[in-house]
Amino acid sequence: MYKIRKAKELAANIYLMDVEAPRVAKHCLPGQFVIVKVDETSERIPLTICDYDSENGIVTIVFQPVGASTLKMKNLKAGDAFEDFVGPLGQPSDLTKEDPKELKKKNIVFVGGGVGTAPVYPQIKWLHEHGITADCIIGARTKDLIILEEEMKAVSHLYLTTDDGSYVRKGMGTDVLRDLVVNQGKKYDLCIAIGPMIMMKFVCLLTKELGIPTVVSMNPIMVDGTGMCGACRLMVGDEVKFACVDGPEFDGHQVDFDLAMKRQQMYKTEEGRAKLFFEEGQTHHGGCGQC
Amino acid sequence: MADVFKKVPVKEQDPKVRATNFEEVCLGYKKEEAMEEAARCIGCKLDKAQCVTGCPVSINIPGFIREVKEGNFEKAYQIISESSALPAVCGRVCPQETQCEGKCIRGLKGEAISIGKLERFVADWAKENGVKPAPAKEKNGHKVAVIGSGPAGLTCAGDLARLGYDVTIFEALHKAGGVLVYGIPEFRLPKDKVVAAEVENVKSLGVKIETNVVIGKSTTVDALLKEEGFEAVFIGSGAGLPMFMGIPGEQANGVFSANEYLTRNNLMKAYRDDYDTPISRGKKVVVVGGGNVAMDAARTALRLGAEVHIVYRRSEAELLARKEEVHHAKEEGVIFDLLTNPVEILADENSWVKGIRCIRMELGEPDASGRRRPVEVPGSEFEIEADTVIMSLGTSPNPLISSTTYGLDINRRKCIVADEEFGQTSKEGVFAGGDAVTGAATVILAMGAGKAGARGIDRFIQGSKS
Ligand SMILES: Cc1cc2nc3c(=O)[nH]c(=O)nc-3n(C[C@H](O)[C@H](O)[C@H](O)COP(=O)(O)OP(=O)(O)OC[C@H]3O[C@@H](n4cnc5c(N)ncnc54)[C@H](O)[C@@H]3O)c2cc1C
Repeated sequence: MYKIRKAKELAANIYLMDVEAPRVAKHCLPGQFVIVKVDETSERIPLTICDYDSENGIVTIVFQPVGASTLKMKNLKAGDAFEDFVGPLGQPSDLTKEDPKELKKKNIVFVGGGVGTAPVYPQIKWLHEHGITADCIIGARTKDLIILEEEMKAVSHLYLTTDDGSYVRKGMGTDVLRDLVVNQGKKYDLCIAIGPMIMMKFVCLLTKELGIPTVVSMNPIMVDGTGMCGACRLMVGDEVKFACVDGPEFDGHQVDFDLAMKRQQMYKTEEGRAKLFFEEGQTHHGGCGQC
Repeated sequence: MADVFKKVPVKEQDPKVRATNFEEVCLGYKKEEAMEEAARCIGCKLDKAQCVTGCPVSINIPGFIREVKEGNFEKAYQIISESSALPAVCGRVCPQETQCEGKCIRGLKGEAISIGKLERFVADWAKENGVKPAPAKEKNGHKVAVIGSGPAGLTCAGDLARLGYDVTIFEALHKAGGVLVYGIPEFRLPKDKVVAAEVENVKSLGVKIETNVVIGKSTTVDALLKEEGFEAVFIGSGAGLPMFMGIPGEQANGVFSANEYLTRNNLMKAYRDDYDTPISRGKKVVVVGGGNVAMDAARTALRLGAEVHIVYRRSEAELLARKEEVHHAKEEGVIFDLLTNPVEILADENSWVKGIRCIRMELGEPDASGRRRPVEVPGSEFEIEADTVIMSLGTSPNPLISSTTYGLDINRRKCIVADEEFGQTSKEGVFAGGDAVTGAATVILAMGAGKAGARGIDRFIQGSKS
């Protein structure tokens, strides 16, 4: 069992948890992910690592409940435990493999969207620890969905934006990026975009136009996460890649996003069904007076 | 008096009924049936018994059958346990027709003894009566790590524990058993009754199992040896990544690897309403391939309510699956499109599978495998309507361990190189066996390799001590 040390709602329907997982904490690097499973009947859920404390054996995850299993997850509290928590999986970010001296010469911009903000955090933090302060654009639908603002501010030049203009400025992350490059004359050698696939797709279209090499972190459907099942396959250039072992980070200009988004829809109906069942089960539990 | 030339028939669920449930197909022998079948055995002397030479782990077959005949089932169990840690599994999934039963003298005139069914009977009887394998000797204090809890890892761990070693198995998934839990379906190999029970037997020998540890990620082979105090490591990490054909349309929604399909259904229990993991319940499913994996995927899809076609490029004689599986699949209503090869998967405008275009094949000259090579019949293309396609084309090794272990050699096919007798790899203190070494093979061969690894590790540690 993997004990939850801390659990809190970061923003409307976005949750953060600190989990005791010493083996993962000891070996993980920015860019990697874990797979968690709440109990016997739950799905295996892949989640990008948001932060880690190697010394104390703690890994931080952030998630937004969508299916039956993540709905179960959000009900867990400090002191509860995950039945399974495995990782670190996938390749660490390429940043961690580069010579920090070379990295320092680069201008790096991050674009994060929604819960995708969480996996941006360990990367900018890692860079900051290596003496590099990157630019970081974070977009959210509305003010209430902005997460980790203080933490991010401490380790990056933060640019916030909201779709509805309820906080700082109105517009998408891509609008900010365009503004920085086109109007403010910023030059970037590398863009790292993490968030919903649709957002990453649009960032990539823009950075292609602006000529900025771009890395994206893909989050397709997965089952085992060790390369055994092939559920997470993507087309990158003309090659089939498995996000779990070859990724999750890929050259964004090579990824076939349209295909990836279609594949992500695959279990929409089945997952929807499981969710419905779960919620109805809950209502039943509270409502019928029999149990 | 029963016909001595014929096997005592074994009861099975009716094909029509079982095609709609996940209960075990074969119901196994009852006590009297097992004793009657055992009585057919001629009782060859151990050093002459052909069946034993056909068994990759050399079970004393005439010995245990003699005990069954006499009704000494516990004795029979202890005889089998001397050579096999997983008899309830092997009795169910070994290709007996090419191994023990294929060599049986009885089979020269009439039918071979049902060795597999007898083995299964003995193992099930032992479980029902609480009989455990003989316990470990005294602990010798040496620590050994085993990677992977499939048949190779479990066998290696069991043998070493019996010799007194302190063994820990590291397993990447959340449940122990390897292919036995995620690949082979419930209707062929019940998970709680059989697999979990066999895993418990291995644990009862003192073996520890740490799940959720991916070697190469959560820690490495070198760290196990240098930092965690293990004196030797056995790698039994299995066959690896699923292969695809590389034909157009393979990325469409509704195309799965057999590994994914079976993992969802078996490990994650997607067929049950009380589990969260979804599975695509197709109406018309095409399974591509002709091995055990293809049969399992096909019969699973059938039970989930689909019409199922198996598309295989060679003929029936070349099907690699166990005979019994092919027979059962046919009985249940799986349609075999043999000498047929897919050339394209057709998708609708939303990228969902709507069919598969195939071409007819005919058999030409024998190829490297000795089997006649299938060649395309020009102009014979046709389409099969389908909403789901399951690719069961074999696997290629996972580089996770080989790429993170210093000095571990792999061969051209990227399998780990290890010798057969002792499982020794190119790295000192590191041994390997099973599908990780041979590529996808069988449970019993993996077990044989696990035994070899245990011998090798014992020799290595005892040798370095003196
Ligand atoms: C669907 C299907 C049906 C089959 N039917 C039959 C049959 O009827 N008869 C028969 O004899 N054979 C059958 N086989 C083949 C047989 O199951 C395999 O040959 C056998 O299981 C191989 O055993 P193994 O121990 O080498 O590997 P596996 O059983 O594959 O076990 C390997 C284990 O190692 C774990 N692992 C992998 N990498 C790591 C890592 N880096 N760190 C930690 N753990 C790791 C895996 O999660 C897995 O649990 C079938 C196979 C499949 C897939």
